[in-house]
Amino acid sequence: MGRTMAEKVWEAHLVRKGENGEPDLLYVDLHLIHEVTSPQAFDGLRMAGRPVRRPELTLATEDHNVPTLDVLAPIADEVSRLQVETLRRNCEEFGVTLYPMNHAEQGIVHVVGPQLGLTQPGMTVVCGDSHTSTHGAFGAMAFGIGTSEVEHVLATQTLPLKPFKTMAINVTSADGRLRPGVTSKDVVLAIIAQIGTGGGQGYVLEYRGNVIENLSMEARMTICNMSIEAGARAGMIAPDDTTFEYLRGRDHAPADFDAAVAEWRELPSDADAVFDAEVHIDADALTPFVTWGTNPGQGLPLSESVPDPERIVDENERVAAEKALTYMGLAAGTPLRDIHVDTVFVGSCTNGRIEDLRAVAEIVDGRRVADGVRMLVVPGSMRVRFQAEQEGLDKIFTAAGAEWRSAGCSMCLGMNPDQLAPGERSASTSNRNFEGRQGKGGRTHLVSPLVAAATAVRGTLSSPEDLD
Amino acid sequence: MEKFSTHTGIGVPLRRSNVDTDQIIPAVWLKRVTRTGFEDGLFSAWRGDPSFVLNTEPFSRGSVLVAGPDFGTGSSREHAVWALTDYGFRVVISSRFADIFRGNSAKAGLLAAQVAQPDVELLWKLLENAPGTEVTVDLAERTVQAADLTVRFDIDDYTRWRLLEGLDDIGLTLRHADAITAFEEGRPARLPVATS
Repeated sequence: MGRTMAEKVWEAHLVRKGENGEPDLLYVDLHLIHEVTSPQAFDGLRMAGRPVRRPELTLATEDHNVPTLDVLAPIADEVSRLQVETLRRNCEEFGVTLYPMNHAEQGIVHVVGPQLGLTQPGMTVVCGDSHTSTHGAFGAMAFGIGTSEVEHVLATQTLPLKPFKTMAINVTSADGRLRPGVTSKDVVLAIIAQIGTGGGQGYVLEYRGNVIENLSMEARMTICNMSIEAGARAGMIAPDDTTFEYLRGRDHAPADFDAAVAEWRELPSDADAVFDAEVHIDADALTPFVTWGTNPGQGLPLSESVPDPERIVDENERVAAEKALTYMGLAAGTPLRDIHVDTVFVGSCTNGRIEDLRAVAEIVDGRRVADGVRMLVVPGSMRVRFQAEQEGLDKIFTAAGAEWRSAGCSMCLGMNPDQLAPGERSASTSNRNFEGRQGKGGRTHLVSPLVAAATAVRGTLSSPEDLD
Repeated sequence: MEKFSTHTGIGVPLRRSNVDTDQIIPAVWLKRVTRTGFEDGLFSAWRGDPSFVLNTEPFSRGSVLVAGPDFGTGSSREHAVWALTDYGFRVVISSRFADIFRGNSAKAGLLAAQVAQPDVELLWKLLENAPGTEVTVDLAERTVQAADLTVRFDIDDYTRWRLLEGLDDIGLTLRHADAITAFEEGRPARLPVATS
């Protein structure tokens, strides 16, 4: 029987097969770290007198709590500053490369790894951040881990893991394209709405089908990024010419690139591989998708209305929907297009890359952000910021009335000063609409970059086709 | 890690599904660089509401949380586990846990006991009808017992063994240091290193 891509990567990293119910021991090729989930792990090493086993396979960046304004001044928030300074001390002490604030390579950890060419097909990548699934877009097996596991990887460069099940998610359309105005963000929001926030639990998802094959690397990263929102440990996409062309010439691409490509071509799932589960998504039926509730599975096409909880049969889901509508301040039956927002956030490891910014710029070019709406554009990395400025996108954003910021996670999780006020409503290109995610009492609608841009112009949830 | 065999404490009914880790501890509480002191962040948004279950007696003294399905979804922050244990919880019972949360619990000595949803409903009713009821969780027997109700819970054998023995994962892995070294010698030279 053939093997899936996930099984091939797993077997290639098996240090030791578990016996008598023990987990397998897997080798980790790349360990990414940041300031928030690493300090206690380094403390653990110090207490046990252990070194970092492979510092050269470890890369650190400052992203979660760094400010995106006044970045040359010391961080005003003392607790945030201490956390960032702690990371700097730890990296110095243990010999780990760090890209700190204001460094040309600083940015969100999941933007930095791929753009440096560090994320490559067939690798295992871990990070103390659930959106590590992003790197699966390259045919890597990549997943988020907790701080105890960060310490474990620092000390051993391995992780004990039980094998995952595999789920194929086939996304197809007649011509292999998405309809105009539909993006990979809409695809993944629709997938999560279909299988639910727990639907992927215990699985590695493999996204496949003609629509996936035609997506750019950045669009693929957006989909893999949100695998965790379906509860999956990882999401993967088979490497192909799109992947290889993206990697060619990057800083850390293999010296003998053609030899590497020849090996990478062996990675995709065999034709006779069997998945534990399969899901089909008809991309011809997809239109722009937005969330109305407080988990990423509570989403609907923008053309629909806020659902009526009384019509939900499952009791837990009905109660969850009632609580969500109360929190979101929404009445059942309200057309989603009538919902006013106060803030539009463009950025995050989901949609903070150059293609996302270009898509937003194309729409706001020559237009104005609606009165009373603030729009933040936060590039995913300093490289993305520099590239955008080279292309003049920053001028387009500021001319439209948006704020152009420095790189970081920013309002995606509101650890830095970029937060929603209580009751404030956002359209956000990020990945989570949990209660208080973007600030205590804040109300989040997850959207694509195209919907974010059109919403900023109209002031209500909108898609580009709503613009004159 | 402390050994876990049985635990008895006041059960707390949390009638919510999809309790994500941003609810368990919002991101603004994650800036500490120590491993303790996260109890004030636990459910901090909900604790502003006087009627929230942990703001009522005797539930404020609870140590066994009984929650709806999909507990611990979202972020990988182990701080969610630390916030629960720092507050005094030793056990969380749910009909379904997010994978990363369940893994983090096992590392930090919090028992994530998975029971069938109908059993969660029975426990909720029991704890709401008789507040202060003590719940006994027996890891060796895999049972949850409260008043005259006894239900079974699921946990994988390996995690159960580690919790019962109080074993540290890193120590277990380092027994295989030779296998790690041997694996490293066979890694392809083309694989990248992060040093610039």
